[in-house]
Amino acid sequence: MPLRPSLRFLRPLLALALGVAALASQAQTLRIGLAEDPDVLDPTLARSFVGRVVFAGLCDKLFDIDEKLAIVPQLATGYQWSADNKSLTLKLRPGVTFHDGEKFDAAAVKFNIERHKTLAGSNRRGELAPVTGVDVIDPMTVRLNLAAPFSPLLAQLTDRAGMMVSPKAAQAAGDKFGAHPVCSGPFKFTERVAQDRIVLERNPNYWNKDAVHFDKVIYTPIPDATVRLANLRAGQLDFIERFAPSDMEKIQAEKKLKTSSITEIGYQGLTINVGKSDKAKATPLGRDPRVREALELSLDRAGLVQVVMDNEAIAGNQWVPPTNSWYAKNVPVPKRDIVRAKQLLKEAGVPNPSFTLLTPTTSDAQRIALVVQAMAREAGFDVKIQAAEFATSLNMADKGDFEAYVLAWSGRPDPDGNLYSFHVCNQPLNYAGYCVPEVDNLVKQSREVLDPAQRKKVFEQVAAKVLKDRPIIYLYHRKWLWAYTPKLQGVREIPDGLLRVSGLKFSTAP
Amino acid sequence: MGEFLVRRIAQLLPTLVLVSMLIFGLQQLLPGDPAKILAGEEQDPQVIAYLHQKLHLDDPLPVRYAYWVGGVLRGDLGESVRNQQPVLHLIAQKLPVTLELALLAMAIALVIGIPAGIVSAVGRGTAWDWGANVFALWGISTPNFWLGILLILLFSVNLGWLPASGYVSPLEDLGANLKAMIMPAFVLGNAIAAVLMRHTRSAMLQVLSSDYVRTARAKGLDEKTVVLKHALRNALTPIITLGALELGTLLSGAVLTEQVFTIPGFGKLIVDAVFNRDYAVVQGVVLVTATAYMVLNLLADVAYIAVNPRLRH
Repeated sequence: MPLRPSLRFLRPLLALALGVAALASQAQTLRIGLAEDPDVLDPTLARSFVGRVVFAGLCDKLFDIDEKLAIVPQLATGYQWSADNKSLTLKLRPGVTFHDGEKFDAAAVKFNIERHKTLAGSNRRGELAPVTGVDVIDPMTVRLNLAAPFSPLLAQLTDRAGMMVSPKAAQAAGDKFGAHPVCSGPFKFTERVAQDRIVLERNPNYWNKDAVHFDKVIYTPIPDATVRLANLRAGQLDFIERFAPSDMEKIQAEKKLKTSSITEIGYQGLTINVGKSDKAKATPLGRDPRVREALELSLDRAGLVQVVMDNEAIAGNQWVPPTNSWYAKNVPVPKRDIVRAKQLLKEAGVPNPSFTLLTPTTSDAQRIALVVQAMAREAGFDVKIQAAEFATSLNMADKGDFEAYVLAWSGRPDPDGNLYSFHVCNQPLNYAGYCVPEVDNLVKQSREVLDPAQRKKVFEQVAAKVLKDRPIIYLYHRKWLWAYTPKLQGVREIPDGLLRVSGLKFSTAP
Repeated sequence: MGEFLVRRIAQLLPTLVLVSMLIFGLQQLLPGDPAKILAGEEQDPQVIAYLHQKLHLDDPLPVRYAYWVGGVLRGDLGESVRNQQPVLHLIAQKLPVTLELALLAMAIALVIGIPAGIVSAVGRGTAWDWGANVFALWGISTPNFWLGILLILLFSVNLGWLPASGYVSPLEDLGANLKAMIMPAFVLGNAIAAVLMRHTRSAMLQVLSSDYVRTARAKGLDEKTVVLKHALRNALTPIITLGALELGTLLSGAVLTEQVFTIPGFGKLIVDAVFNRDYAVVQGVVLVTATAYMVLNLLADVAYIAVNPRLRH
């Protein structure tokens, strides 16, 4: 339609606007809403879950995991265990450079593994404890030597322990490296304003640059789930992680946003003080396994999941979810059985045992405590709830100043990461104070067996013992809930809950 | 006046030292070993030991305080253990944001609160008075986070007029900056306006019933001069005190409002720091806000003298 003469002056403006729009569509930005502000962006020192979300765009690892938790190549293209399983030889991807232009090679791998093991304050030291040394065989081949066979090693290399940073930049920055991380991922670090944004821009020399479709990624921490969702709805974000389960129904009904719901690799559970301090002996719950069994039988996990998580979780009874290939099928999720629970309490001579359930003040944990209190009452339990701010509750747990504690774990790809530190004597996360030599031996054995079928058999033995002793009553496995604009394509639902930004793009269709 | 200022400024320093000691001491009452909080999920004992050493956690309290004061005197407020950024840098990032938000909120509060208070006092018992009181009651009793979320739903999600949250520097884009700040500033200003309105009203009512106002009216001065020139000026002293206190509170960070609108200001910084036991950050922010509070109080005192010449002697 021809423009009226009086509006003709608009033509150049219109052309300009279209030009700007065209430019804007070329320079694409992906805006991601995070649930928290990440901690330091140094893979060696990093501690938080949310930091790993940012690392997924910033730092490539030797290996990655896929939707089925299978280990797939990333910076390493292949591996070979030695005959005695005490060394792992890695073939490296050629032609990879760090964001500062430095070459990625075997020497860089050696530097990184040694940095993880020696940097003061390193959080990776424990993950790589069995690695005694690294040999550079040729520029693209490296060998990790172990004190003893260590089956979780490959899985460790799919997370922060496998992240490779530029040796030159790391040496120059020392322990300040996290302020300006230099890795080799699809995006490189541009700027960070604490509690406001982390900006990454495209790495033009990425080894898999065809999979990178954005010029910039901006991570914005917005702790309030309602506000995070409002930002997505208002079009200010393209993707948000961890929306509230209670919002799922509404989002799906509106059909304006896409959602992903991925079962986590961690768990939610009740840790019971069975030997951490004298308090363990002070209550029938800590003293008598029959009372703990009664408590478990008094719980209706499906009901718990429905009330606490709006069904956005799956009931479980082990350190890995029932859908996980490492789940020990010999110990299935028990059904609620009040009659049996009452009978067990009678046998234990305490028909109305009482205990205090410590809970952090997060809303999920407090709801769990209330539901557990109500359900357990039907079997005769008198549960008192004690809520404390998270840091305080953790301190109490660490001192053994608790009887039972609502505690979640974010999970690691290998079951060892959900098991070892929790059930082996005197390990840092063994808040229950569980210490059984038979279990220690079995868990240690599971680390030395490389064959998955054999390893699974060992886990079945661990499950048979630990799930009978119940230092932790596992309740359910949450789902990672993501919401995003429907034009975002290529979202990969990987159970670690970390969004992989390479491969993502906006659909061109309107 | 000069002597008064010198005396007041001389009082600032010992007060600041006391405040910093108090905060340093109070932080130690927070339960839990900060190293364990900072060590993250893994709770690696070696990391915890390292953090103990790095943060001097095993030294006696006075020694730790001395380390901190030594740093402050050299212009080093320490470093955030959580994200490795220098505290001074974090403060420099957040202070302008909080300052802008506080000033905008205060401007909104003043523009609404004082005229509403005057109108309500002058028209006591009328529909104006009633309306202003209802507004005040609403402003005081509306929780900030709730009003914030409602505004976001209305103006951002439904109408799409304003960004839901976030912050843009005014140096980058003034328009975008104001668009991002108007809702949070209104939420904060609205609550303060209500308080200011109530105080203006009662101060004005008291002054309007005094003898000199009757005299002024008897002299035949028009109502506008009586109210704005004679009455308001005398009613201002308590309002200035209140305004300075409210502004001080705003400068120490509007935690909930900043959370809702994701404004990266002092409130978010200090709350996160407390939960993460990031002592250096807590200490640095408190030092800055305590200074701001004291300077504002000093300015309020100066302002009394400006509006009330009787105080000059």
